[in-house]
Amino acid sequence: MMSGHSIQRRISTRESNSVTLLLIGVALAYLVLFLGLPLFAVFYEAFSKGWALYWASLQEPDAWSAIKLTLIVAAIAVPANLVFGIAAAWAIAKFEFKGKSLLITLIDLPFAVSPVVSGLVYVLLFGAQGWFGPWLQAHDIKLIFAVPGIVLTTVFVTFPFVARELIPLMQAQGKEEEEAAVSLGASGWQAFWRVTLPNIKWGLLYGVILCNARAMGEFGAVSVVSGHIRGMTNTMPLHVEILYNEYNFVAAFAVASLLALLALVTLLVKSLVEWQAKRSGEPLQHGA
Amino acid sequence: MSQFRAHSVLPGFNLALGFTLLYLSLIVLIPLSALFVKTAALGWGGFWEVATGDRVLASLRVTFLTSFVAAVLNAFFGLVVAWVLVRYSFPGKRIVDALVDLPFALPTAVAGIVLATLYAPNGWIGHHFAAHDIKVAYTPLGIVVALTFIGLPFVVRTVQPVLADVEAEVEEAAASLGAGRWDVFRRVIFPAIYPALLTGFALAFARAIGEYGSVIFIAGNMPYISEIAPLLIVAKLEQYDYAGATAIAVLMLLISFALLLAINGLQWWSGRRRAR
Repeated sequence: MMSGHSIQRRISTRESNSVTLLLIGVALAYLVLFLGLPLFAVFYEAFSKGWALYWASLQEPDAWSAIKLTLIVAAIAVPANLVFGIAAAWAIAKFEFKGKSLLITLIDLPFAVSPVVSGLVYVLLFGAQGWFGPWLQAHDIKLIFAVPGIVLTTVFVTFPFVARELIPLMQAQGKEEEEAAVSLGASGWQAFWRVTLPNIKWGLLYGVILCNARAMGEFGAVSVVSGHIRGMTNTMPLHVEILYNEYNFVAAFAVASLLALLALVTLLVKSLVEWQAKRSGEPLQHGA
Repeated sequence: MSQFRAHSVLPGFNLALGFTLLYLSLIVLIPLSALFVKTAALGWGGFWEVATGDRVLASLRVTFLTSFVAAVLNAFFGLVVAWVLVRYSFPGKRIVDALVDLPFALPTAVAGIVLATLYAPNGWIGHHFAAHDIKVAYTPLGIVVALTFIGLPFVVRTVQPVLADVEAEVEEAAASLGAGRWDVFRRVIFPAIYPALLTGFALAFARAIGEYGSVIFIAGNMPYISEIAPLLIVAKLEQYDYAGATAIAVLMLLISFALLLAINGLQWWSGRRRAR
């Protein structure tokens, strides 16, 4: 009886119940403290003075123009990086050429750059003292402290999202299917639309969702080039900062709650895409 | 051309690669090179003078120290979270799993203001610390809190797949040879996930060093005490000290590249171990 029990215990590959409960408890406590509580607090603070003030904060003209600018910026930056991501993945995954791994490293570069530095490089290029500054001033074109600068830096910080999703996916899928389509008489575009795109649709969507979340939420890079002109060059995250620094906490958290909602929708769609991709056997690249 | 690339029946190579290189150059390479050209104009002496200034060194110290502490915290708790998500089942697990990515999806400014509010001396969490005379928000401790939030998903997401790959047979073999559960973890499981853990740690650390949005609200931003290097860049820019801002940026960029190189090395090592 004794020996049987001890053998049973020794070849067990599970922890005892108390250790299991302890580990689950520690993990959940950590996640609640660092994720759950902050998420809840955003909405709690936003509604702390009631619905009426919440709605009023969102209907402010400055809040509206911040929301519109954020949507415009994302509507330019995301499609631009989507087209780039597809082109880069097509070249890298379907062809063999020299310097390929260097190219892949260079595409990832913007992720290694601090957001503030991303903004700074565009100030150095297009700012009043920058390389093209005098020329731009002579032609009365304003890029820095204006909307084009915000779009450019957003394109920079979200640059790798779609490409880094599609490159490994299309590399894993090989090129036999496209080659078969082309040798049966399809054009390159037909092969892409009818063969490649259906194979990569979940990966594509995944990259676009992550790209969009970052494009709408970027703060540091955009803050450097925006100039913080209310109603003109403030995106939603920048507007949150201004309201918060003016001690207008309800309004700050009201706008923040929209961004938190965006984050929750992003996570939801992301989980759905992961689930769909798993079902269709499309491997996704997980990560930032 | 035939030297440069292998033959293929598929069309579109020139268009796709041409567009890729053009876009990459315009958006990333030329702007980044502006940084180095500007620094070169400063000269080595000028660069050294900015880089070793008291306030710059203090901000780098704050940045690295807080990033390191946050990454260590995330390495430990991230491992526990990954373990729990891979090995156990409990109600609501899928929601918890999806929520781990919140710091990737939540804009940093939102994280910044909500963490500052929670950890302020009168905040939900801050007042418990205040009762023991500990200030979290507006001190370096607050920076650690923000950076821990920002880096939370990295270790979990790098360790999770590797941990799921550890074969049950190996653990059973070790257990049947008399190893206790702790020994199996220490001698069998941990060596297998160690490279992934280190990769996750390095990713969280690298992300923390460049982080700006979530930190500035909670840091207090006192020069020499709780001022991070990215904030010093912004401060210099606001004083129109472009040369100074650029020098610090180049310094940070070089550090990021070194980390990126280390991370790629780690991932290669980790991948090779997994393939074995």
